[in-house]
Amino acid sequence: MSQAQRNLAEDLWNGREEVEVLTFDIAGEMFALEAVKVQEILDLLPETTVPGAKPFVGSVINFRGKVIPLADIRLAFGMEATKPTIDSRIIVIELDIDDEPTLTGIRTDKVNEVTTLMKAAGEPPPSVGMRWRPDFIDCLVRRGGEFIIIPNLHTIFSAQQERMPNQPLQA
Amino acid sequence: MSFPDPIAVFRTEAAELLEQIETGLLDLNHDLADKEQVDAVFRGLHTLKGSGAMFGFEALAAFTHHCETAFDQVRKGIVPATHDLVTAVLGATDHMRALIETPNGDHEAASEVLLAGLRAAVAAAADPSQTPAAAAPAKPQDVGYRIRFSLPANAMANGTNPLGLLDELAELGTCRIRADKSDIPSLDLIVASDLHVRWDVELLTDQPRSAIEDVFIFVMDEMQLDIAALSPNPAAAPAAVPAVAAPVSSATPAPVVAAPTPAPALASAPAPAPATAPVPAETRQNETKQAKSAENVRVPAERLDELMDRVGELVIAQSRLSQLANSSADLQLRAVSEDVERLSGELRDTMMVLRMVPVAHLFSRFRRLVHDLAIETGKKIELITEGETTEVDKSVVERLADPLVHLVRNSCDHGLETPEERIAAGKPAAGRIYLTARQQAGEVIITIRDDGRGINRERVRAKAEASGLIASNATLSDQELLQLIFQPGFSTAQQVTNLSGRGVGMDVVKRTIDALRGTINVASQNGEGSNISLAIPLTLAIIDGLLVRVGNGRYVIPLSAVEECLELSLDEDMRSRGRSFISLRDSLVPFIRLRDLFRTGTKPDPFQKVVVISTGAERVGLVVDQIIGDHQTVIKGMSKLHHDVATFSGATILGDGGVALILDVGHLVAAGQQQEAQLRAAG
Repeated sequence: MSQAQRNLAEDLWNGREEVEVLTFDIAGEMFALEAVKVQEILDLLPETTVPGAKPFVGSVINFRGKVIPLADIRLAFGMEATKPTIDSRIIVIELDIDDEPTLTGIRTDKVNEVTTLMKAAGEPPPSVGMRWRPDFIDCLVRRGGEFIIIPNLHTIFSAQQERMPNQPLQA
Repeated sequence: MSFPDPIAVFRTEAAELLEQIETGLLDLNHDLADKEQVDAVFRGLHTLKGSGAMFGFEALAAFTHHCETAFDQVRKGIVPATHDLVTAVLGATDHMRALIETPNGDHEAASEVLLAGLRAAVAAAADPSQTPAAAAPAKPQDVGYRIRFSLPANAMANGTNPLGLLDELAELGTCRIRADKSDIPSLDLIVASDLHVRWDVELLTDQPRSAIEDVFIFVMDEMQLDIAALSPNPAAAPAAVPAVAAPVSSATPAPVVAAPTPAPALASAPAPAPATAPVPAETRQNETKQAKSAENVRVPAERLDELMDRVGELVIAQSRLSQLANSSADLQLRAVSEDVERLSGELRDTMMVLRMVPVAHLFSRFRRLVHDLAIETGKKIELITEGETTEVDKSVVERLADPLVHLVRNSCDHGLETPEERIAAGKPAAGRIYLTARQQAGEVIITIRDDGRGINRERVRAKAEASGLIASNATLSDQELLQLIFQPGFSTAQQVTNLSGRGVGMDVVKRTIDALRGTINVASQNGEGSNISLAIPLTLAIIDGLLVRVGNGRYVIPLSAVEECLELSLDEDMRSRGRSFISLRDSLVPFIRLRDLFRTGTKPDPFQKVVVISTGAERVGLVVDQIIGDHQTVIKGMSKLHHDVATFSGATILGDGGVALILDVGHLVAAGQQQEAQLRAAG
């Protein structure tokens, strides 16, 4: 497991010493995604619930004439749902799902900034002391006494495809 | 603008020509006296030869020339058309394809064999009285003709090259050509691309008059041509004048001798186009005029798809505009919005028509297939096609080709009996295969029917049991049993033939039709033949839908599945608590409450509606809160993340920018039945 994690972490850095990321908040935790993967940041849009779909991707939105799924990754991390606020945004990213590039929206509570993370400050997720599935996390990066979580979207999305997470997932 | 590769253009054109020639030949095979088809084949061969030579396909041109010569003789009545001749030329068309594909390949030997066959066929056809060398029946005397002709003013703009015509005339014999320039207007009135010159030709030839007419065969319709035989005496006159140096006599006509120079140059010099695009342009034009095809533009399919996407987006943007306009009091805005609505509606309709192609193109290839299969199997087979004008979306047609080939092959190989068996069974010796297409609601039904032996159900069952597809004593409905033939690896043929029987094919058919969201229905009567019908949706891009509301969500029901809408009366509603049926004109229709199925958690509207849909044999009512109206639905696929949700076949974007899901009627009914079963189980 730890070997796999290291590989994934190296995937993010890809041999680089620093990476530009977009940081955002979900349920009080700060997350970050590599900035070049982000297509667009949207204000909240009217959502259409898809009856019968998994709660993780329970709805779709109209993104520039395309119908794209809206994912709620807090469900993958077993976090409490938060009420939409004036700061709530949707981040649109492109993901490879079954080798098919798929645009997907991710619900966030607040989008912070684009910043540079140093590889030196990164750490693989600890194997104990964490309530989240370790393979959902690429790595943790220290910054000013806080940790920024780099989620491994690939694992998260393929896990959601495999089964119905009716209950929040817990390690 | 990029220039298309001329060779590629020639290849596509040649492929079409060959197809036309083939069709002509096959028609001719049915009715050997059909003069029109002889002409059509001849024209096709002639054009192919001409453009082949022009694009450097010398081997093709040389080879085609022989076929053309053979057909020329048929056309002139020197030799009658025979089945052997038609078969020989059919074989030759395949060789022409090879020559087009690999112009530099080694085709010498094959060419020789085919030409020998062709010559034999011609000789045999000519045999009864004529000599084998039918080309020259009896050396006729040289006869003089006076030919006057004028071409329409736009002839050169259309690609006709008068010099080519003059050259061809000169090849017939000794001739003297004069240009009549009396019609040339003064310089300020000259239209550079127009033809102002007429010609006056005296020709001394041993060829019949029809040979002269042939020179003009492609422009005949629009030109003025006057051919008069000169009396035998002065016939010597033009011969006496050497073709090379003919001095002028009259004041106006300038001397234009057989060598192609001044007069046309005068007209064409400012517009060199006709000179650079001579033969094929001319013949292509002829093709559009004389063959039935209208003027066509070739467009890559992907550009059409792009256009379709744009139109889809426009339709969505337009419905947003009309929503805005309707909520505003600005009359001018409303007027504009209505205009845009009308225009985008028309644009959408035109776009849909653009993508529709008649199935005739698809069907035509089967005539050749059946012709070949008949020879291969030694059976007599007639193919009867109906409804060729039925139109289907282009992408659908393309994907239908392979499954249909499998089905037709199967009918020929397994379905039809040998002539002896047929006569013994009291049927006509020739087996018939009917290939029909018709439109029914939002679907195209394509049927392949044969009058052969039918599907042997015992053999199907035995085979399925042997290969473990079904348990040995499974009870199956007739349709279930027949559908077994679409299982992978299934084949009832006792021996594998060249054509079919390997058990691949039918499952490919099934998979392709499934992918097109179509259905297959099999019917078979022992000893009387089988009937396979494919029902395919007309288009995969835009459908007419009925927009409804359930709870807070809006959904589209494909209009082609909707039978009627009615109100669920409070009375019915209350009574139907226990059983989910309504009675509709004396028949019971089960219904599904979409609110329950979708777990909306909202209160039902006081006046709920029932949309009655039909899925093949079954009718089902869907209870919705509100019927919003019909809606032009641009189908957007759902992402992979939602592939597990079978209730919806896609999504669409509404005028207000919201998303509505499109109900997959078939799956919905299944889901409803499941729910019903659970309810029953729960008591």
